[in-house]
Order: sequence, then C-alpha cells, then structure tokens
Amino acid sequence: MAFTNQDIQDKLQAAFPDSVSGFSEASDLFSFEVEAKAVPDVLAFLRDDPTLRFNFLTDLCGAHFPDEAANRRFAVIYHMHNWMDNVRIRFKTWLPEDAPEVPTVSSVFASANWQERETYDFYGIQFIGHPDLRRILNMDEMVSFPLRKEFPLEDQGRTDKDDRYFGRIPVNG
Amino acid sequence: MSEQVTGSSDIKMVAAPPGFEGQGFFATSLDKVVGLARSKSLWPLPFATSCCGIEFMATMASTYDLARFGSERPSFSPRQADMLLVMGTIAKKMAPVLRQVYEQMAEPRWVIAVGACASSGGVFDTYSVLQGIDKVIPVDVYVPGCPPRPEQILDGIMKLQEVVKNEPMRRRNSPEYKALLASYGITVN
Repeated sequence: MAFTNQDIQDKLQAAFPDSVSGFSEASDLFSFEVEAKAVPDVLAFLRDDPTLRFNFLTDLCGAHFPDEAANRRFAVIYHMHNWMDNVRIRFKTWLPEDAPEVPTVSSVFASANWQERETYDFYGIQFIGHPDLRRILNMDEMVSFPLRKEFPLEDQGRTDKDDRYFGRIPVNG
Repeated sequence: MSEQVTGSSDIKMVAAPPGFEGQGFFATSLDKVVGLARSKSLWPLPFATSCCGIEFMATMASTYDLARFGSERPSFSPRQADMLLVMGTIAKKMAPVLRQVYEQMAEPRWVIAVGACASSGGVFDTYSVLQGIDKVIPVDVYVPGCPPRPEQILDGIMKLQEVVKNEPMRRRNSPEYKALLASYGITVN
C-alpha cells in the first residue's frame, strides 16, 4: 500500500480540522465520521488528492437508528475504493431525525445520482441540490419510507393471514 | 359426430356433447358446442416474472407438452390470447402493467394464477408486493405450489377447460359479469 491509514487521517485532519472525527478500523476497514455539510468536499478531496486517489464511489446508502440521540437517528454511509492501490475506506455522516438533510454528491460522482434517489426512496433523507430527487424503486404513489424502523414491513392489506397460525400474538385481540 | 375415428390412427377424438341423435341429425345446444371448441383451443399468454415461469417453460416443452390440451400456440400478444397465465411475484409497481395486459385481451378471456405469489403474495408479505393478483384482475383458477410442478399447472389448465366448457355463451354480457369487472374498475365496452 502506497500510504497508511494514518496518512489518510493526517491528510483529512489537516484539510478539514473541524469536520472529520471518529477515526477507527473495523474489520480491516478504515472508517471515520464527517459533518454533513462537508461531505461533498471530503469526497472530492479523497478523489483528487494525488496520493489517496479514491477514484470510485462503491456505494452510498442510508441507515436508521431510532434508539440513538435525536441528532443521530439517520446516517448516510459512503464507501470508496482506490483502484490503483486497492484500498477501501468508509465514512459516515449523522443526520438529525427532524431534518435528515445532506448535500448531494452527485456533482462529485455522477453514479451517486441513483444511489441518492434510492436512499431517499427508502429513508426519506433529503439530498440538497440533487438534480432529480424522486423515488426510484418503489411506486410513485407511496407516501412512506419503508426502511424506517417504525414502518411495518408486512403488507397491511392482506386478509388471508391469521396470526394465530403463525405463532404470533393476534394484532387485533 | 359421436363416432370414433377408426382405422390405423390412434388419435383420440373428443366425444360429442350430450344431445339428441337420430337418422341424419344430431341436436344439441350451441352453448355446449362452442364451449367444447373453446376449451380445446385456449391460447395461453404467459406472464412470467419468476420461478413459476420456469416451471411453465417445462410445461410448454415436449415432456409435458401443453399443446396436447389445445394450447398449441403460446401467444405473446394479449390481443390474440384467451388464457392469461400469471406466474410469479407481482410487485405493486407491476400491478398496473398486469392490469393493462388484461384489459388488452379480447373477450372471452380467462385468468390462471399460477403459484403462491400470484395467488396470495406467497412468502412476500411485504409492502412492495401485490398480495395476490385478484386484487387487480378477476381470476378463474388458482394453482397452488411454490413453485407448482408442471403436472399441477396442467391440472389447473384442465380445471379451466371445465370452466370454459360449462360457461354459458351469454355470461360475458350478463349484468353479474359487468358488475364483477366494475368491481375491479375495468370498463366494459
């Protein structure tokens, strides 16, 4: 490897002293946390730095933690990959429950466009500045965000299913 | 008409429907003759979205040979099909497509829901999956199984043949049938 995890941390802390924190290594994957407003700049920095060269945004996804503090209920997780040195990193940004908003990175990586739409579709996270933020997988008529924990996964219109036969407590007594 | 073909051929002919027979004439009702003809020439439209569709491919192929039952020509245009076979999980996003395919079929049209997913949603009891195609279109025969074997699909088609054979010719014009379609919000011409 052309650089160590410590090199990544030093470079980020020098460039974004107030926006990056929580450096750790989990299951051999170097991870850290980024303030929501700095995400596009951090992403562009990791891509454009001549040493780091994280040229590929592998994935961008959401997560819901209903038991966390109110300002850390939602998270957007970014995975990046340096193809030249084969190094992967992950970083996360925490979002408050009342306003889950993060600036879009679709201007940094065009591939983020659909991934952000998917994250919006399932978690209702708003990507500020996204060119076309609408549902991508679920029906357009859907009003809820189905991967939020409070949302029931089972179809509520099903009539043939008697919970007594599934070893579950009856819903309606 | 009720005579079996004799000679070297071993092809089995369908027996004539019940009626009155005498020297030089045979009388039966038009319903029975038309029903017999329709039931032996159902043109299937496969609407296959998942594993049940694979079983249907086996059903169409030489081992099980759907053509023996008069369904010689699978129609991939809804406008020339009589029998819509829905095989597989139908996502809610797919429901309007399925409904449009049904609306494009000419009367008389019949529907078979093949497999647990098409019949009731199956194991996919979830927000994104239609809980049975009978939520959007009327269904004539349900084939259980996950997925059903080709024998079961053939059994479902034979059940539908019985339905077709016994269907009165005026059923499609009856107020009950129009009310059924209206309950699905499908307009009748």
